[in-house]
Order: sequence, then C-alpha cells, then structure tokens
Amino acid sequence: MSGIEVPTTGRRSRPMAALWRSMSDQRWELAAAGLLGAFASASAVALLGASAWLISRASEMPPVLTLTVAAVTVRFLALSRAVFRYAERLVGHDAAFRGLTQLRIGVYRQLERLAPSGIAHFGRGDLLARLVADVDAALDLPLRIILPWAQAVLVALATVLFLVWLSPTAGLVVGVLSVVALALTPWLVGLTARRAEARMAPARGRLTAAVVRALDATPELSAFGAAGRATARVRTLDDEVTSLNERQAFALGVGGGLGILVQGAAVSAALAIAVPQVTAGTLEPVWLAVVVLLPLALFDVMATLPASALALQQLRGSARRIAELAEVPAPVAEPAAPSAVDDTFRGLRLEGMGAEWVAGTPALRRVHLDVRPGQWVAVVGPSGSGKSTLAAVLMGFLSYTGSVTLSGTQVRDADGDDARRHLGLLSQQAHIFDTSIADNVRIGRPDATDDEVAAALHAAQLTPWLASLPDGAATTVGSFGVAVSGGERQRIALARLLLADRPFVILDEPSEHLDGATADALMDTLAEALADRTVLLITHRLRGLQAADLIVELGAGEVVARGRHEELLAAGGWYAEQWYAEVDREDMAELVPRLPVGRAVPWPGRSGAR
Amino acid sequence: MRPLDPRLLRYAQSTRAFLIVAVVVGAVTAVIVIVQARLLSDAIVRVTSQGAGWAEVRDTVVALAAVFVARALLAWLAEGAAVRASARAKQQLREGVVEHVLALGPAGPGAQAPGETATLITRGIDALDGYYARYLPQLVLAVIVPIAVLLTVLGQDLLSTIIIAVTLPLIPVFMILIGLYTRSRVDRQWHTLSVLSGHFLDLVSGLPTLKAFGRAKSQVDAIRAIGSRYRSTTMGVLRVSFLSSLALELLATLSVALVAVSVGLRLAEGQIEYPVALYVLLLAPEAYLPLRLVGQHFHAAAEGLGAAERVFTILETPVPVGGQYTLPAGPVEIEVQDLRVEYPDRTRPALDRATVVARPGTVTAVVGGSGGGKSTLLNVLLGFVSPSEGRIVVRAGGEEADLASLDIAHWRDRIAWLPQRAHLPGADLGETPSLAQAVGLGARGAVGEAVPEERIWTALDAAGIGDEVRGRADGLAAALDADGGGFSVGQLRRLSLARALAQPADVVLLDEPTAALDPASENAVVSAVRELAARGATVIVVAHRPALIDVADQILRLEPAGPEHSPLEEEIAEEAATSVRRSVGGDGW
Repeated sequence: MSGIEVPTTGRRSRPMAALWRSMSDQRWELAAAGLLGAFASASAVALLGASAWLISRASEMPPVLTLTVAAVTVRFLALSRAVFRYAERLVGHDAAFRGLTQLRIGVYRQLERLAPSGIAHFGRGDLLARLVADVDAALDLPLRIILPWAQAVLVALATVLFLVWLSPTAGLVVGVLSVVALALTPWLVGLTARRAEARMAPARGRLTAAVVRALDATPELSAFGAAGRATARVRTLDDEVTSLNERQAFALGVGGGLGILVQGAAVSAALAIAVPQVTAGTLEPVWLAVVVLLPLALFDVMATLPASALALQQLRGSARRIAELAEVPAPVAEPAAPSAVDDTFRGLRLEGMGAEWVAGTPALRRVHLDVRPGQWVAVVGPSGSGKSTLAAVLMGFLSYTGSVTLSGTQVRDADGDDARRHLGLLSQQAHIFDTSIADNVRIGRPDATDDEVAAALHAAQLTPWLASLPDGAATTVGSFGVAVSGGERQRIALARLLLADRPFVILDEPSEHLDGATADALMDTLAEALADRTVLLITHRLRGLQAADLIVELGAGEVVARGRHEELLAAGGWYAEQWYAEVDREDMAELVPRLPVGRAVPWPGRSGAR
Repeated sequence: MRPLDPRLLRYAQSTRAFLIVAVVVGAVTAVIVIVQARLLSDAIVRVTSQGAGWAEVRDTVVALAAVFVARALLAWLAEGAAVRASARAKQQLREGVVEHVLALGPAGPGAQAPGETATLITRGIDALDGYYARYLPQLVLAVIVPIAVLLTVLGQDLLSTIIIAVTLPLIPVFMILIGLYTRSRVDRQWHTLSVLSGHFLDLVSGLPTLKAFGRAKSQVDAIRAIGSRYRSTTMGVLRVSFLSSLALELLATLSVALVAVSVGLRLAEGQIEYPVALYVLLLAPEAYLPLRLVGQHFHAAAEGLGAAERVFTILETPVPVGGQYTLPAGPVEIEVQDLRVEYPDRTRPALDRATVVARPGTVTAVVGGSGGGKSTLLNVLLGFVSPSEGRIVVRAGGEEADLASLDIAHWRDRIAWLPQRAHLPGADLGETPSLAQAVGLGARGAVGEAVPEERIWTALDAAGIGDEVRGRADGLAAALDADGGGFSVGQLRRLSLARALAQPADVVLLDEPTAALDPASENAVVSAVRELAARGATVIVVAHRPALIDVADQILRLEPAGPEHSPLEEEIAEEAATSVRRSVGGDGW
C-alpha cells in the first residue's frame, strides 16, 4: 500500500527469511514433499532414458527375454511418475496450508498486540489484506518457489552423477549447464522482473485507489456527469500496469528462451562428446541415446524455474507487508512485572494526564478528573476535542503521561487485560460478529448460562425485537444473517457489556450514528440498565445530562469547564449553544409525528408563522 | 464456470490478432519439435547402427542446435503474445465494469459493496490472465498439434498410430467426466472459502471489541480452527483436481510407455526399423502434452472464471432509466404520483408511498424517521433507482414527460444535488484534489477543461463559505486530502453544497444539508436554500432541523412501512401497558 507511513522500531528484518521462519514448523513435511517431487521428476527423466535404452538395445536384436526388465522398468516409471507427482502435491499442499495457518496466527498476534491504536492508521481494508491476501500469497513460497527448485536440484544431481558414470566429460558439461539453468537463468529473470515489480506495486496501488475512489463517489460522478472522465482516468492507470505486465512477460520470455537454449546446448554438447566416444569405443553404442536424451528430459524439469523466480519477486511485497507489522512499536508497553489491580472498584483518578497519537501533537493535555464509585460523569465537547482519546487511554489502548490510577493502581504498571477486567466499553459503532445474537452477547462472559444471556438482552430492552426474529436470540446476525439496525446493534453491545458485569463503564458516543428518536431511546435504556454502575459517558449530545453528577467539557484537548448541567448552561459557551440546538431538534421530534405520511401538506414556510 | 463462455469470448475479439499469433507460434513450435525428434533420432541411429563418426553427423547436430535456437525465440515470442492477448481483453473488461458501475449509480450491485467490487475489478480481472493468455490458445493447439503428430507417426508406424489414436480421445472424455462429477462439489467448496475469508474480516473489524473484553488473545484458537477448516476445504477441492491430473497423467504416460515397449519388442523381432522406433518414441509424448496442458491451464484459469462470473453479474444488470426525450429549458415542475420503491432482496419497501407536486420557486421539505425513504426519493428523481409503482411526471416549457422517458444525462445536468454522505473527489480521481477541482466537478466541464475561477467563487459564496476560503492562504488550491485539508466537517459540508451550486440548476435536491453544522453555518445554508427558490428553482430538501422547515412551502413526511415499530413507539406502548396494569390494580396477567 502506498501512502501509509508506518512507524517502525527502526529494526529491519529480512522479510522473506522471516516469512519462511514463521512457516517452517512444516519443514519435515515439506522435505518429504520435495523428495516425492524429486522422485516424480526423476521418474520422468528416467522414463525417457529407459525407453531410449530399451529401443537401442532392441535394435541389436537380442533375445526378447533380455528386454523384459527394461520393458517392466519403463512401465513402472510411467506409473511411478504420475503417482509420485500426486503424492507430492497432496503432502506439499497440506504442509503449505498448515504453514499458512501458523503464519496467519503470527500475523494475528501482531494485530492483537497493536490493536486498536497501533493499527488505526492502516485502515481496515489494508489490515484485512495483510491477514488474508498477503498470508495467502505466502503459499507460493513453499509450493511455487522452494519445492520446484529443491526437486530440480536433486534430479539434476542424480542425472549428472549417472551421466558422469557413463561419460565423465558429458556429465561435467551437463553439470555446468545445470548450474546455469538452476541459478543463473532464474537470477537473471528475477533481476529483470524485480525492477518492473518494484514499480508494479505502486502502479497497482494507484489503480486500486482510483477504482475505490470512483466506486465510493459513484453517486457524485454519475450525477455530475463526470463518469466518462473517471473511466478515462482508470484507463490511463490501467495502461501503466499493462506496460509493466509486458515487462514481466518479457523477463519470463527471456527466461523461457534461455532455458531452451541451455537445453539445446546440453543436447548438442552431449552428442558432440559422446559420438567420438562411441567411435573410439569408450562408450557402448547402446548408451548413446541415453547420454543424449537424459539432458533433454532433465532440462524440461527445470523449465518452470524462471516462473519460480518471478513468483519470488512477486511475493516480496507481501512478505514486506507482513514483516512491517512486527516492526511497528506497541502503542502501550506491557510492564515486565505488572502490579495487580484491586478486585473492588475504588474509583478512577486522572492527574495531569496527557496523551498523543502522533508524537509532538498532544491530543489531551493536563487533564484532571476524579470519578468515585457510583457516580455518573459526562465528558462533553465538540468532535476533535480529545474525548475518544480519553476512552483509548482509560482502556489501555494508548500510553499517557501524568497519572491515571484505577482503584489506586497506576494503569501503566498493570497488565492491560487485568486492568480491562474492571472496565467495560460501549463504543460508537460496537462490532457485531457474524454469529448468533446470544454468542455475540456471550463474548462478555463466555461461561454465562442461557438465562443470564436472556436477562442481559432483556435489560438492554431487546426482548420485543427478539420475539420478532425467526430463532430469537439464536438468530444469526451480520454478513450471513439478518440485518441489524444501528439501534439494535448498540443494544446487543449493551447486553454484552451488562453480561460482562464490569463495575466501571465507559460509554463512548454510544448514540453517535443513530437518528434522534432511536438515540434518545437508547440513552434512556442505558440510564436505566446502568443505574447502579460507575459510568463515564463521553458524548457531544447533551440530552439527559441534567442527572449527571459531574460534566467535564473538553475543548482542543484540555478541560475548559466543569460542573453540573445548570452551572454549565449558565456559563454560556459551547455547552449552552449545543444545548439550545438540541432543544430545537426536539421541537422537530414533536412536530413530525403530527404530520400525515406519504402526502405533502402546505406549510406556512417563509411567512414564519410557526 | 463454463470452459468456453461466449461472453468471455466476446472480449477476446479485440485481442484476436494476439491470440492468432499465440496459436501460430504454438503450432510452429510443434512442427519444430517434430523436426527436432527427426534430427535427434537420425543422429543417434546413424552413429549406433550405421557406424557413422562425428564428421558424418556434424551437420545434423548443427541443424539440431539451430532448431533449439528457433524454439527459444518462439518461446520468447509466445510469452509476449500471450500477455498482450490478455492485456487488451482485461483492459476492456475493467473499463466496461467501471463504466457500467458508474452508469448504474449508487443503487447498483457494484456500488453497494465498493471494497469487494474494487477487488473484483483489480485482482479478480487480473486472474483472467490464465484464461486469455494460456487457456484459449492452448485449446486451439490441443486440436491442431495432436493431429499433426498423429499424421507424422502414421507415416512411420501403424500400430503406434493406433495406440495413440485410441488413447488420445480418452483424455478429453475423462476431463469432461471428471469435470461434471466434481463441479457441484467444487462450487460448494468455493462458497465455503468465501465464508471463511468473511470470518477473518469479521475478526479484524471486531478486534477492538475483543480486546476490550479481554478475549483477543484467545482468538488464536479460533484462527487455528478457521485455518484448519480452510485447509481441509481447500484440500477437498485440490484432492479432486489432483486426482483428475493423476488420471490424465497416468493415461498419458502409460500410453507413451505402451508405445515405447511395443516398438521396442517389435524392433527386437525385426518387425520395424531402428530409426522409426526412436523417432516414434520421441514423438509420442508430444501428442499428449497439448491436451494435458489444456487441463492444467483450465485449473489455473478457474479463479479468473469465478471472478468473470461476478463481473458479468454487474455487466448484465440493466441501467434503470434510459430514454431519449429532452425536456425544454425553463423552470421545472415535478409531480410524484403514488411512488413506491422496492428492492428485490429486501422484505420492506425502501419507499412506501409518496405523493407530492413540487413547483418552481418553492421549497419542499421532506421529513421523517430513518428508513422512511427520504434519500430513496432523491435517488429516484436522479434516475439512480426505478420506481416499482407510481411514476414521476416532469413539466417544463409547456411540455410534460415521464421521468423514465428522459435522456438521463441531460436531466441530471439540470439538477443541483447534495448527497447525504458527500465525497469530494476530483474528476481525475487523484489522491488529493484541489478545492477548485472538487467544487468544479459540479460545473460538469469536459475532460481537461478548467472551470473559470469566478464560477467557483460564486458557488462558494452561494453556499456561504466563500469568505472562509478567502481567509485561507491556499484558497482554491487547498488540497482536500483524506483528512479534509484542514476544513471542518461543517465546512466540507458547505463545500459539497457549493459543488452542487457550481452551475445554475432548475431542480435542487439537498439531503440533510445542515447535518453536522454549527448554528452560524446552518444559517448560511438556510439562506442559500431560500435564495435558490427565490430565483425560481424547484427545491426539494430532506430536513431534520427546524431552521430548514422554517423556509419550506410544503412538508412531505415519509416513514418506514409495515409493522416495524420505532424504539420510541415501543417505549410508549410499554408505558401505556404499565399504566393500564397499575390502573387495574396488580399484575395478575
């Protein structure tokens, strides 16, 4: 992906080596596959050799019985070639897929280590590409690169040794040419392809980005008659990718051509060496066909190596993207000797707390806040004032300066998961997994009984909705199940939170993406269901804050005002302005239900007689 | 997954020249391989059985070397022809899909899932390489080459010809049988695979939630489980395809072995000549190779064919509105008659019923809860969506027409539109369009034509943001990057409004123009709306704040159809039930 600046620890590993290491638990299975593959290829080479010998010997018109062994061998090799190839593919692919799972777990561990703050700048699509597409691409490493090359080396070794036994000079020449085909040609192809590939990734990236932009802005581009221009742009970028494709094809073509030249050189050289030997009587005539035809078959085995070299170049990008994740420093360092967090919640205290996402640009500064057990505290302010940063710090997703103590324990000294045992979070767009509603809720407490899950769903006031679903709480939701509205989504997340039964709950803009009436209804449910908990409500909507024990107003990363509702309203400023705007909105909520549906009614409008 | 999809072949038309080159190169290569076999067997036979020395065979060996050089050149040529053959076809497909997705508009199958469609357009179509570059040319070669080889063998030895001629047709027969047997199984397993990759997406998206509940680390087990299902389903597919290759390979190699042993034994009995035997031995595998390659290339092309299937789903979705009629210039009256919009994949209508007449110089406010069809109404007016029932009649210059009969591009040119979630792209889809490019998009210039600055300033002023842009050092050159170039959400909203106003329009459609605006910006937008109507435009505005309703001449309320209750209604119902319970004294029911 171009355009993403990845902060790194400065440690540069070798991506391809790292990729291999994380798949290498399967090395013995892969070695077995390599051997099976070598047997298959060797059978193919030997098949031609044995057939050639059979015919050469037969031409000397010996008793037919003396040919039986050779005839059986030919038939056996024909069989073994196919069977060994089949076995190699089964064993090799199975091992490669096992390695893939292992690699994917490694990548997931990195994501888990960094989530959510450390990977925020990657974007969801990019992370998915790393976990799915890049990991899948790694399949090429064993299957298209290591196995073909390893078996080509083994077969070349065996064939050359056999040739040396027949005719040392011919063996030597074929050996040298094998090295060319095994190493030099792939290296040349790799070198040629590497330049094109280095430009290919950014060119592909530009094309993808333009296509995504065109798709995102489809309504605008169509409505404003710009579709033609957008298509033309895609065509230009596509041309660029195509011309790079042609260069890669050129590299591959050169590799293929070189391979055949080397094959021709080997066959011609074998003839040039062996024919005088036959004349001189140092080589039996019956072996001439074998000495000439074995190289022909051997270099056919190596014909796939230029493609392997290209695959290696194409894999580099994926390997680098996977390795990059390991180089991103953790957003929060886990302490070596964590202090335990007390089991009873005794309050949260922030003293001179500051935090930043980008070094040098503080998102929060000098925040003081004291939340005592049982309190409802609201943190308000316009978007960008640092509210969500506060939630990230409290959840241990972002490091901070100053002091944050949870029940008396400094949060940075505690193990992240241990501290989070005491905290619950309901965020603006809680994630609902593609599974049943009950399973989604059970993430809060995996060992909860069905009754406890039902109680949590009831407290989140989902019971009427569940009754309308085909399978109640067992209904699957998400991509493969029924669609869930924004309000229902947040309520499922609330049930999850209630089931987890955390003493201190952070509500981070829980109604952000909901329309007015749905948002209000959700806030009322929250107030009821969380009445006996300690709550920190982060919001820019002010409805229902009259009851809060304390309201803290943030502006540009600092606390600009604090007090109860009446005090802030009296003080004027952002809070008062926002409050009156919301009152306006409630007027609207009163007006709309009185109108008829689907039919326009005249309205005094500009006369202003509202 | 048809091996020869006529729709894919249509796209091969444009690249026919390269496909022909690929086939010709392949055919010439086959002839040269036959010559190579002849030369090789000649040289070997003359030395072994006729006692020839190096001097006698030197010319043959030189010719042989020349044959290899020619083959090398042809291999290089073949690669070039192959990549060019697929490049053109791929480009046409890619362009066609982008064009069609844009023509279908936001309700089309492509724009609904932009991420997936983007992958399809880029990586999916790239996967067709295997189809155009390898499979198609090989398909032709698989017919030509075996016949050529067979004829050559026929000139040498009848029995070998019979062996090859009998076994050769078994290969395509086997391929088709195996293909038929495995197709449903393979299809089912590809479906499972797409479900599994959906799980990974789910996991990545849910990572913050899992971490908040301390469940993130334990997901390693889930990944392992998904991974092992991924492996077992994929291996299920692969086992089938490996087994079919095994069958084909066995058939081919055993047939070759049969030929080899048969000529060997007959040679020993003096029934055929040594040169013939060696020549036939070298030729036999060449008869089977092209057919086996077809099978191999077909497996490689399978991924591309899967993508092609989805590409054609998009390409075959008809563009909703398409007439030729052009309404005369002048103020436009819009009459919406009993409009209803349903999508085939949804149970509830997107818009239940709407009837309204919007006249020039008036403001129609559309209000109501989410899911009531407010944005759908605007989408119908823009021609992105066709009505399921009812119709829209537009009148101008004394004529009237059904919206469905209009030339949609001309009609859209008369509309100023602010979508609910606006993007601000430049027409060239560059990463960071300048403010002038982004706002100028609304002025509908031709390719490469710059919109005059004063028009952009007029639009900015009309949207009440001109002074704020003048106050910036970079002004119209401001780069609108992913973060909005330093503009606030409210300012970006007004820039989108300015874009809508960048050319005079008879119809103005605004979807929640004051969302996320502070009171001052809201006032600016409200007066812009009033100004548009005063100048004679027909204004339809989706409103969610009282300030906009204050300037409306009529209000249309739209609500979701059917038994769906809003949470608010549920609460009211519940409260009512509680009070009833209290009033009857007790909870005896």
